[in-house]
Amino acid sequence: MARIFRFGDNVDTDQLAPGQYMRAGIETIAAHCLESVRPDFASSVRQGDIVVAGRNFGAGSSREQAAEALKHLGVAAVIAESFAGIFYRNAINLGLPAIVGSKIEAVEDGAECELDLETSALTVEDEEIALEPIPDNLKVLLKDGGLVPHLKKRFAEAQS
Amino acid sequence: MTGTTLAQKIIARAAGRQNVTPGEVVTVGVDLAMIHDSGGPRRVEPILRELGVGLWDASKVVLISDHFVPGDTEEGARILDLTRDWASKRGVAFHDGQGICHVVLPERGHLKPGMLVVGGDSHSPTGGAFGAYMFGVGATEMAGVLATGEIWLKVPETILIEWSKQLRPGVVAKDIMLALCGRLGMDGGRYQAVEYTGDAIAALSMQERMTLSNMAAELGAQVGLIAPDATTYAFLDAAGSGAVEDASLRTDRDASLGEHHVFNAAELAPQVAAPHSPANAMAVEDAPRISLDIAYIGACTGAKYEDLKNAAAILRGHSLAPGMTLLIAPSSKRDQDRAKKEGIMRVFEEAGARILPNACGICAGYGADRLAAESRCISSTARNFKGRMGDPTAEVWLASPLTVAASAIAGEIADPRDYLHRREVA
Repeated sequence: MARIFRFGDNVDTDQLAPGQYMRAGIETIAAHCLESVRPDFASSVRQGDIVVAGRNFGAGSSREQAAEALKHLGVAAVIAESFAGIFYRNAINLGLPAIVGSKIEAVEDGAECELDLETSALTVEDEEIALEPIPDNLKVLLKDGGLVPHLKKRFAEAQS
Repeated sequence: MTGTTLAQKIIARAAGRQNVTPGEVVTVGVDLAMIHDSGGPRRVEPILRELGVGLWDASKVVLISDHFVPGDTEEGARILDLTRDWASKRGVAFHDGQGICHVVLPERGHLKPGMLVVGGDSHSPTGGAFGAYMFGVGATEMAGVLATGEIWLKVPETILIEWSKQLRPGVVAKDIMLALCGRLGMDGGRYQAVEYTGDAIAALSMQERMTLSNMAAELGAQVGLIAPDATTYAFLDAAGSGAVEDASLRTDRDASLGEHHVFNAAELAPQVAAPHSPANAMAVEDAPRISLDIAYIGACTGAKYEDLKNAAAILRGHSLAPGMTLLIAPSSKRDQDRAKKEGIMRVFEEAGARILPNACGICAGYGADRLAAESRCISSTARNFKGRMGDPTAEVWLASPLTVAASAIAGEIADPRDYLHRREVA
């Protein structure tokens, strides 16, 4: 079962992908992801877990390693009250679902959950929470697995 | 027919449309793409290879090295080598070691009003100061732009931010932005288009306007626009941009706006923002008199020629407080050369400052130079996030270059207006 990792407002890109590791590869960056706010995050998060946060998740830099690190660690989706614009685009482009939810305040850390991407519904311990739908143009990107596979498909279609 | 905003006009033209409406998703053609050494070649080249395509138009791509300059780590030096190789292989315009991308791009005449520009860096809204719709993206999205020349965007509402009257002596664009971060919050821009207007904005130089547009990023806006005027075209003429005046590039009086805020510039005091957010802004007189170790004047936000000139006017004839380290990383080589010619760099040297390379430096925190544990820094940069400039226990206060200079003299957070009597007429 997927678990919730709960964070507050304004989780920034320096927390997600610390600058001092930016010259290294994604394995190194991911190992230090969020360590300044939650030192055990990288070691305890598992494939399929979900990050739930407050307002303005991903504030700051355009470095897409901020989203890539979460994906690398197996995070299945980030749900937040709001996202910083560039982080939001980066996440979708890398195939990491970023979903806005206005009724997630009560969601607690460690809770078991299930996320339905089709219907944008998060079920936390038997309670279903409706999230905002992913915009249509971005749903297409996510379905293809991100921008690169999407473009590959588009280029292949243009050739045939 | 109701009028339209500057943002709508630029987007409509780039989308090949008569008109666009806030909220709709459109695909636009990109006039210019700017990349740097971090999110640039090392990240986009593997994607271009995977896609099996080249650049959509090499003449519309500008590469600038700044994040890993001067290559003071082994990996950083390797990234710079890769960046240089890519520039010559791909045949794009390349400015190597000339300064920070957001300052070098307009300085070398690449920007023009009305352009739709994508930058591989979050402070890309800086280009909005020139009336260009310029915004930041990550590397994968940039690779998509480089491959196709197109990008999607959601037509934004315009948040008009008007500053009436005039700023008082000792108060500058950086203070406007810290005050706005405090008032509107780091997500106050809602990823919409901020547009700055009013008498106080019209009176600002181009580099001061760039500070406003630059920190639209800290407001969470997609862009930070300023309609071009005589000041804009004078700067762009001198930079050799070939820009032609276009009086239609402005928000119509009857355009419908998302928000309209009006502030009185004459009432604004110098601001400081406490660790660890630009939104922790307060008037300098309300700040605690905590002692400081390091004063940093750097970044695209706070070490342009105008910033250096303003800081030097405060510092001239003073020495640093005991134990204080003053670090100056001029935003561009050209700005540093001009400052040197005018005796500004000498003021810093005589005060005992250490001059750092024309690069992102400690602001990005990508290199060997970082703030030590428990250090207390006052900085003219844009972000004071925990751990960004160094150890997570380091504390960074944000302020204008003038306030940083005054604090370097005092050894604690200080009001630059107390040092204004020594200011010489520039």
